[in-house]
Order: sequence, then C-alpha cells, then structure tokens
Amino acid sequence: MSRVYISKDMASVALGADALADAFAAAGCEVVRTGSRGLFSIEPLVEVETGEGRIGYGPVGPGDVAAVLDGTHANRLGDVTALPFFVRQQRFSFERVGVIDPLDCDAYAAHDGWRGLDAARAVAPQAVVDAVKASGLRGRGGAGFPTGIKWQTVLDAASDEKFIVCNADEGDSGTFADRMLMEGDPYCLIEGMAIAAHAVGAGHGYIYIRSEYPFAIETMHAAIERSARRMAPFTLEVRVGAGAYVCGEETALLDSIEGKRGQVRAKPPLPAIEGLFGKPTVINNVLSLAAVPFILSEGAEAYAAVGFGRSRGTMPVQLAGNVKNGGLFEVGFGITLGELVNDIGGGTASGRPVRAVQVGGPLGAYFPPSMFHLPFDYEAFAGAGGLIGHAGITVFDDSVDMAHMARFAMEFCAAESCGKCTPCRIGSTRGVEIMDRILAARNTALSSVRPEPVEGLFSTLDEKDGASTRSARTEGGYLAKALYSRSPARIDTGLTAQTDLLRDLCDTMKYGSLCALGGFTPYPVLSALDHFPEDFGASAPIQDAAE
Amino acid sequence: MTSDGDTGDLSGLIDRLAPLHARKRGGLLPLLHAVQEEIGFVPDAAVPLIAEALNISRAEVHGVVTFYHDFRRTPAGRHVVKLCRAESCQARGGAAIEKAMQRRLGVAMGATRGDGAVSLEPVYCLGLCAIGPNALVDGRPVARIDAGAIERIAAGVGA
Repeated sequence: MSRVYISKDMASVALGADALADAFAAAGCEVVRTGSRGLFSIEPLVEVETGEGRIGYGPVGPGDVAAVLDGTHANRLGDVTALPFFVRQQRFSFERVGVIDPLDCDAYAAHDGWRGLDAARAVAPQAVVDAVKASGLRGRGGAGFPTGIKWQTVLDAASDEKFIVCNADEGDSGTFADRMLMEGDPYCLIEGMAIAAHAVGAGHGYIYIRSEYPFAIETMHAAIERSARRMAPFTLEVRVGAGAYVCGEETALLDSIEGKRGQVRAKPPLPAIEGLFGKPTVINNVLSLAAVPFILSEGAEAYAAVGFGRSRGTMPVQLAGNVKNGGLFEVGFGITLGELVNDIGGGTASGRPVRAVQVGGPLGAYFPPSMFHLPFDYEAFAGAGGLIGHAGITVFDDSVDMAHMARFAMEFCAAESCGKCTPCRIGSTRGVEIMDRILAARNTALSSVRPEPVEGLFSTLDEKDGASTRSARTEGGYLAKALYSRSPARIDTGLTAQTDLLRDLCDTMKYGSLCALGGFTPYPVLSALDHFPEDFGASAPIQDAAE
Repeated sequence: MTSDGDTGDLSGLIDRLAPLHARKRGGLLPLLHAVQEEIGFVPDAAVPLIAEALNISRAEVHGVVTFYHDFRRTPAGRHVVKLCRAESCQARGGAAIEKAMQRRLGVAMGATRGDGAVSLEPVYCLGLCAIGPNALVDGRPVARIDAGAIERIAAGVGA
C-alpha cells in the first residue's frame, strides 16, 4: 500500500484536491492530507512516498491515479522541494506547511515543534522579550512596528489581566499567507501565542479569523482543542469575523471581539496599555506570531542574520493575480520586486506584458515595471510612495485600466469605511464621484456630461444595510440622488480641475483619517495617477517613474 | 435556509442559544452567528430578544447587525453564490465573469432571484488570489472560474 500526500488547503480543494484524495483512497492508498506547498500552478498535487523520498506529480486529476502510482505520468515533478520555486526560498515560518498533517501533534513535535515554547518557558519573560527585540522582528500585518517593543510595553504594564490577540482578519486582496499557515501549520501559531503569553504574563488569547476563511476556522478550532494541554495554563479561543474589512485594523478588531460594531478607536491609548476589555493587550498578525517559535528555538541571531537594512528575517511573499507561478514564496528581505514578479512569478498568466503590480493589498501602491529595481524592504517601499503591507503582490497585465482601479480603491473604501471619521466616510464617496467625472471626461471628451453610475457600486454599498432596503437603494433610489446631487453645472468637471481635486481629497484623507483604511486609500489612487497618467486622460506621462 | 414562517419559535431559539454565548465576554457576535447558522438570517424580531438575553440595549444589537456585511435581515436564496470582486480576481478577468454570472443566474449582484432559488453576493477576497476568479458556492470554494464553471455553478443551483 502506498502512502500519498495531498493538500487539504482551501486553494487546493478549490482546484479539486478532494476528488483527487478520494480517488487515491479508493485505489487503496493511505492518503495523508497536508497543507499546501504553495505553488498553485502544480496543483492539484500528489506526492507519493518512495524509497527516494516523496515524488510529486502535478497537476493531476482523479483519472490519473494509475499512471501516478506506476510512475509513468507525464507531469512527474520529482522532489518538489528541488523545483526552482522552492530552492530559492528560506522557509523559517512555513517550514512544515505542505509537509505534515496540520493536526498531527506527533508530526508537529517530530518536526521541531514546541521547541520554541520550551526554550521560552525555561527563561524569564524579560529574556523572551529581549530575544524578540534582538531578532529585529517587525509587525508583519503591514505597519512594521518592532514586535519586541510592543511586547515590552505590555510586559511593563501592571494589570491583573492581560491578553494575546492574533489578528487573522486577512482581508487584503492578494494575500493568503495567514490562511495557509492556519490551515497548514496551526500549532505553529498556537506556539507563537503561547510564547507571547509567557513573555508578557497573559493568561488568555483570542484568534480573530475572518468568516471568509471557513477552512482556517475549522482547523484552528480543532488544533486548539488538541493542543490545550501543551499550551496550558495559557488558554485560547477563536472568534469569527463577520465580513467587515475594517476589522483588520487592530482597534476595530478589539471592538469586534468585545461584541461591538468594528469601529476604529482613537490612539492613544495604545492597545498595549488599554486594549481588549481595557486591559494591556499584545495584538499581532499571524505571521508575526508564527515567526516567534523559530526565533526562540534557533536564536535571535539566526533570524536577524537574514534580511535587508532594518527589515530583518524572512517575509512570506504572496504572488497573486495575473501571475504565471502564483503562490507563497518565503524569502529574506532585500529581494527585488522584479525578481519576485518576473524570475519567480514568471510574468503574467495571460502571457501579455506586465503593466502594473499592486503591493500590499487594496491600500497598497501600484508600481510600473520601471520600478522593479525596488528591494523588498519597509523603508525602500515607503520611500517610493508605497508600502509592503502584508506582502501580497497582485500582478496586472496590459489590459488593466488604471483609472478604473483607482476608482475601485475609492469604492472599496466607501463600502468598508467604519464611519467614525469624516475624511474616510465622506471622502471615499466623494472620491468615487471624482473618478466617475474623470472617467466620463476621458471617455467622451465632453467634460460637462454627468457620469452614469457604474454598475456594481450600489450593490456594494447597500450590503451594509441588509436586503430590506436594497430595492429602494438601487435603480435611482435616494443613494443615487445623494451621490450625484451636486449640479455639475456649478463645478468645473474638466480633467485638470478634477485631477487637482482628487489630489486635494487624497491629501485630506491621508492626513486626516483615523486609521489606515482612509489614510492609505490614497496610495493606490495617487500611485495610479502618478505612474499611469495616460489612463486618466493625460496625453503623455507627466514624469518618468524611474528615480 | 428557511422562510419567514419559522420565526414564530424565535424566542425558543434565542432561549436555547443565548446561554451558550451570554457568559462569553463579547458574546454578541458569536450569538448572531449562531442564530444565522440555525435559521439563515437574523430577523428584526430577534433583536429585542437578543438584547434582553445579553442585557444590552436594542440599539446596540441593531447597530451590530447592520454594521457587519455577513448578517442578513431577510432570508437568502436557497443557494448562495459569493463571487469575489477584489483586485486579484479583477486582474484575472473577474469583471467579465461577474457580468456573465449575473446574466446566467438571472440575478443582479447583491440580490436574490425572484423565485428565491439563488442569491448572488459580492465578497472581497477569499484568499485564493493566484487562482481566480473565485467564488464560494454554498460554502464550497471554486477557483479559476470560466464560462464552463459558470455553467456548472448554474446547473448546481438549479438555475
């Protein structure tokens, strides 16, 4: 009887891994379901255990079982880890993902699991915090704040109760590393949270997972139950989000766990001082916490030895969108954007030229290929008017309309704004209107024409208010009137005036918003405008993007 | 999924579910999820019952129900197709797929078809961003949606 390994990651299942697993089971094989290796062009993937190690075949379907088992299938890949996509990686956090059964406690322990927690519990909390500081680990959720400093603040805060909160509300399009880790190696996250709990003196933790990740929710529930004794006295529970993107913002997330509307809090007080239920709280992204076991077991120096400038360690980069070799690529900071998109990613899936990449999700900047020399580094991206965010890279080919993408950024912000601050709540709606005028002026060259509402906008906005008001809001309802009530005759709807207005609005949103939703929406909008002015009706590029 | 008729036993449902979540700190969201899991939506009539059970105001419950996209105040269709509209799926032809899906299912994005067979809802990212366009069809993930996949989805939901 052969043993075969097939992923049960949500992406693999979406590509047909369940049917493949059933077919191998029906053929009498022992099927071990793992996480995903992280290269989706070879999925559905099956790895057959042989005397020479695991031999991969992919993509394969349920009809290929016989050819795979006798070793004659044309899509034989050999040792999957020897493929160029994997050889170039440095897997610190994702070492076990795709290798072991995610819920197998023995396999986790056999693959160096719990060594970080044991090392941490053998020393004083301050020593753990010092190790995380020395590693140079910075918040992987996007802000890049030094994790050790955050932990020190919580450790130093006197309180009868402290919390560890894991932000697993991975809402950015183009990112899926949190999901893959939770589905593929949940104990790694649990171990990281237990280490954090020891470091700051917390007793209970929450993992806030978005509802769009049903597989991750199920896996984390099961993993918490099975590892309860190993992490004791620390206890952990899963909280499920409810479709609000803004809850990825840490203070909105805390309010959501408290059972409230997910509205952003003003800072200060910092969550490290007054966080969940008013108590000192460590709130970190999945990837930040999952990096911690390696730091404790292998040493802070081993982690800090990799990286670039002030960005130390590795980053699980996610190659997404219209890219040939899409997937998860964990590598030390400093690799260039061009290497990631062209060498690793292999260019576009459609075979057309790459025109733009968006780095860091819906709030990240769009970059043209002329900026592919940028090294993957927090400071380098900030200096170029962008951000790394959660390290998702979404690739677009030359069929993309960048003015449309800028409009979408505003539309998304309008749909997802929590409503607490004015620049975000009102500014995003005004931004959609301005983009509609720019698009209308560009498309018709008749700048005084009132733009038609674009299909999809209202269906997005009225989601918030439930179905009962839906019919009233669509098709010429009051929202349409409110959005377009200002008479175009009273304002200059020409391209130049509207572009100036757009810049002015973005300035207000960037500096006046309470959190990154309103504050960073200008990044995709302005980067599209700066790097792709021809899509906004300008006759030629205003400036060369190269430095 | 269920019809309005089932809401008659609403107080029994809340009586049964509330104790499971009332002791949790911040138990409102888990309770709302549980209600929606059972009967498919959170009826307006449930709001005062939930408020009473958790000892919070009706305004607080209403505020939370209406804030989060996931909570429905009316029943969904018998089948729910959640189609991703986010950037990565757009980069892979998502907008054209959205148009074709609306046409084939006979329902606008964000609406339920007149006969109650299917709801088409937008979702912003399922985390399958390298293999889009993607959808969740009755909770089951579907990737690389093309014309053939739309036909299969339509056949599966009886459209």
